[in-house]
Amino acid sequence: MAITLKVNGASRTVDVPADMPLLWVLRDELDLKGTKYGCGANRCGACTVHINGVAQRTCTLPVSRAAGAEITTIEGLDAKGAHAVQQAWEELDVPQCGYCQAGQMMAAASLLAKTPKPTDADIDTALNTNLCRCATYLRIRAAVHRAADIKAGGAAVGGSGNGKNDGEG
Amino acid sequence: MTTSLKPDANGVNTSRRDFLKVTALAGGGIMLASYAEPLEALTRLGAATPAAEPTLSAFIRITADNIVTITAKNPEIGQGIKTMLPMLIAEELDVDWANVRIEQADFDPTKYPAQVAGGSTATPTNWIPQRRVGAAGRAMILAAAAKEWNVPASELTTAKGVVSHTSSGKTATYGALAATAATMTPPALDAVPLKDPKNFTIIGTRKKTVGIKDITTGKPIFGLDVTVPNMHYATFVKAPVYAAKVASANLDVVKAQPGVTHAFVVNGTDNLAGLKAGVAIVGKNWWLVQEARKKLVVQWAEHPTSQQSSTAFAAKAKEFFAAAPHRTIRNDGDFDTAIKSAAKVVEAEYSYPFINHATLEPQNCTARINADGTCEMWTTSQTPQGGRALVANTLGLKEDQVVMHMMRAGGGFGRRLYNEPLAEVAFIAREAKVPVKLIWTREDDMQHDQFRPGGFHKFTAGVDANGKLVAFRDHFATFGQGERFASSADIGPGEYPARFVPNLRIDASVMPLGVPTGALRAPRSNALSFAFQGFVDECAAAAGKDPIQFRIDMLKAEIPPSQPLTPQQQAGQMDAKRVIGILEMVRDVSGWSKRSSLPKGTGMGVAFYFSHRGYFAEVVQATVSKAGVVKVDKVWAVGDVGSEIINPNHAEQQVQGAVLDAMGQAYGQEITFTAGKADQSNFSPATTASGSAANFPLLRIRQAPPAVEVHWKKTEFSPTGIGEPAMPPLIPALMGAIHQATGKRVRRLPLSKVDLKWS
Repeated sequence: MAITLKVNGASRTVDVPADMPLLWVLRDELDLKGTKYGCGANRCGACTVHINGVAQRTCTLPVSRAAGAEITTIEGLDAKGAHAVQQAWEELDVPQCGYCQAGQMMAAASLLAKTPKPTDADIDTALNTNLCRCATYLRIRAAVHRAADIKAGGAAVGGSGNGKNDGEG
Repeated sequence: MTTSLKPDANGVNTSRRDFLKVTALAGGGIMLASYAEPLEALTRLGAATPAAEPTLSAFIRITADNIVTITAKNPEIGQGIKTMLPMLIAEELDVDWANVRIEQADFDPTKYPAQVAGGSTATPTNWIPQRRVGAAGRAMILAAAAKEWNVPASELTTAKGVVSHTSSGKTATYGALAATAATMTPPALDAVPLKDPKNFTIIGTRKKTVGIKDITTGKPIFGLDVTVPNMHYATFVKAPVYAAKVASANLDVVKAQPGVTHAFVVNGTDNLAGLKAGVAIVGKNWWLVQEARKKLVVQWAEHPTSQQSSTAFAAKAKEFFAAAPHRTIRNDGDFDTAIKSAAKVVEAEYSYPFINHATLEPQNCTARINADGTCEMWTTSQTPQGGRALVANTLGLKEDQVVMHMMRAGGGFGRRLYNEPLAEVAFIAREAKVPVKLIWTREDDMQHDQFRPGGFHKFTAGVDANGKLVAFRDHFATFGQGERFASSADIGPGEYPARFVPNLRIDASVMPLGVPTGALRAPRSNALSFAFQGFVDECAAAAGKDPIQFRIDMLKAEIPPSQPLTPQQQAGQMDAKRVIGILEMVRDVSGWSKRSSLPKGTGMGVAFYFSHRGYFAEVVQATVSKAGVVKVDKVWAVGDVGSEIINPNHAEQQVQGAVLDAMGQAYGQEITFTAGKADQSNFSPATTASGSAANFPLLRIRQAPPAVEVHWKKTEFSPTGIGEPAMPPLIPALMGAIHQATGKRVRRLPLSKVDLKWS
């Protein structure tokens, strides 16, 4: 059936079964490959996007339930990587393999939208269902704090990926 | 820093080991390629045979705009190799890192040696060869400047891609000199001088991940993201009992499902790391193919391994422990006599489960059979050479008829050393006559891993009246057949405390296994460390000694070998002095002396391990609640991987990742088998207790400690790799902390199966 979606600010119409998960519509119908498949069961968070500004899983979400909503994927967070979260991720060089990081960044951006100055506990709660197999969690925590600073007006810092996330700088 | 350029008389290095090829580029640039033979150490890992002819190993392109393009030859799986190898070239070339562009190589053994990600081998095997390539490039630039300015090359200096002649004040960028450089005779690679490490400007500095912005903006860079024209999608349903054949399948029903274009039976082979039997379903949309899979009904043929189970493995190990071992791996002194006269005897059994690699990007591959009969593939393999051989063998092609593009991998951890998805997709694409992307479901991935094998150890040890370990024995109950161990289920004669106990025996008994096994990050070591270091801690306690001091005292008293070692044996074995160095450093940085004053419920534990040429000692501080919930407060890791940490940014990440990876394993990871099949099928939901049956829990951010301090003990040795050796000490160090906190010895993993309540 024809379904019209609002993805990254643009209206897109797809002809797919109503129960096809949004993840596969994004990846294979709309060619937005930044959102990842990890488990197909709402367990890893690799498929996280924003639906009306809130982080949500897409690997089991029927596309029909996303019709009409504002969908934002990693490609639409900021296409040039200028969102505070993307800047912080780059500044602290968070990724190892990078596969989960789109989901992590979407979850972090969603957290910061409602909690501008999160504590470690806030971060751990908001991101607890986003799995990182490389276990970049220490830098993820540090990067969420850094993104909060950037959002609050702190200038992004260049440099060479110094993840100041623990005692050894 | 100056370099005199001495090309040999013919401009050709007659040594087959290394030589250079120079090409002028249109627009006034230069391209440098070096030839080298593959390194012996890597041929084992990549299942590769050494190339008959020297192969091209690295490229540098310098264009007139002074942009330097360096080719990164190895598979990138998150270990940062695409950043690190070009750093070696750029350092000796002496260019500005900001002007360096990096390109990922395709797999091409006619151009590059040892394109493999495994065994923490990339650093030791490329440390000199890649630097030589850069140094040779710099020498040619210097020769060009010397010619243009008519001055001796020895009077020239370089920095950040600019050549200077101090007395005349002349300067020129490499880009401006590139066209002339392309006409110069290349130097002999093995004679080209390398920088004094004190002059390094790139090596030893923190460099960010090359291509980080592609990750932060969601670019299609992973294997899963590949798209080719007219691409179809496949799912491949294999027997839950490994390598069982298809007796029957309702293909007509499956073919009639929406979106399905093909469904067929694959007879497969008995190779557990190759093309197994199964049913392929192909269609225009992967999700529709999954929907069709729900309608598939397969009758699997009976298979001899369908009676296997984890319970039976454990029972067999008990039988082994009560009987004489199948064979002896090492036998020093006289254990049986020594144990009788020991002042104290310690006995314990340790065991650990099978576990899954669980890369977050599930196994996948894309293949297209071209009109000329070649098979073109887009792969995340860690061993593309082994993958190419497997595909060629599966399709009856010559290896050079298989063309492979190397995509960024969403995690490796050893899983992608095995190439079953490549064989599957190549076979399916040829059968279906369309380009195919095969994606394993998470369930496929969880149940069809090349699992880290479980194992069982029965230890007996004796300490004398002075607290010295005088007798030590392990009976290792593991998997294999006759003289052969299953993959990664083996043990070697060098396992510590071998060499440091006068009467020591390592025995092994093997049971048959029909489950595919393989290397997982720090293979063997990731499991043996838990058992051996854990039991050494028990020996220290029996001796009434501090766990660090007990180890140091032992390491200072090596038993001379009964027969002199060959230089090769000498080079490959653990260096006790280096271990002592890291143990002393971790004692200092962790504030180990405060251990004696910690409150009940909190503890500090230590362990060290030597693997993949690297030395790591780690201290864990953990708190265990009265209800038995473990929380790691802090980890201190000290590594000795030689004289230089090439990219401290990524090295630190690898250590922190390895430490947290090991925590995840310890907490709840276990694959069990019932009736020949894996019981677990997906990640655990956040709402269930970790380790509950049918789930496989990865570590979560909430379980990550606030800090993992990483320290480097720099030594005079040539640098070695970092992907693996930081992992093995963590689990036994954590168990030491838990023991101090609760008084309980954990001798069985995972922790979710162990009652740690205390009062």
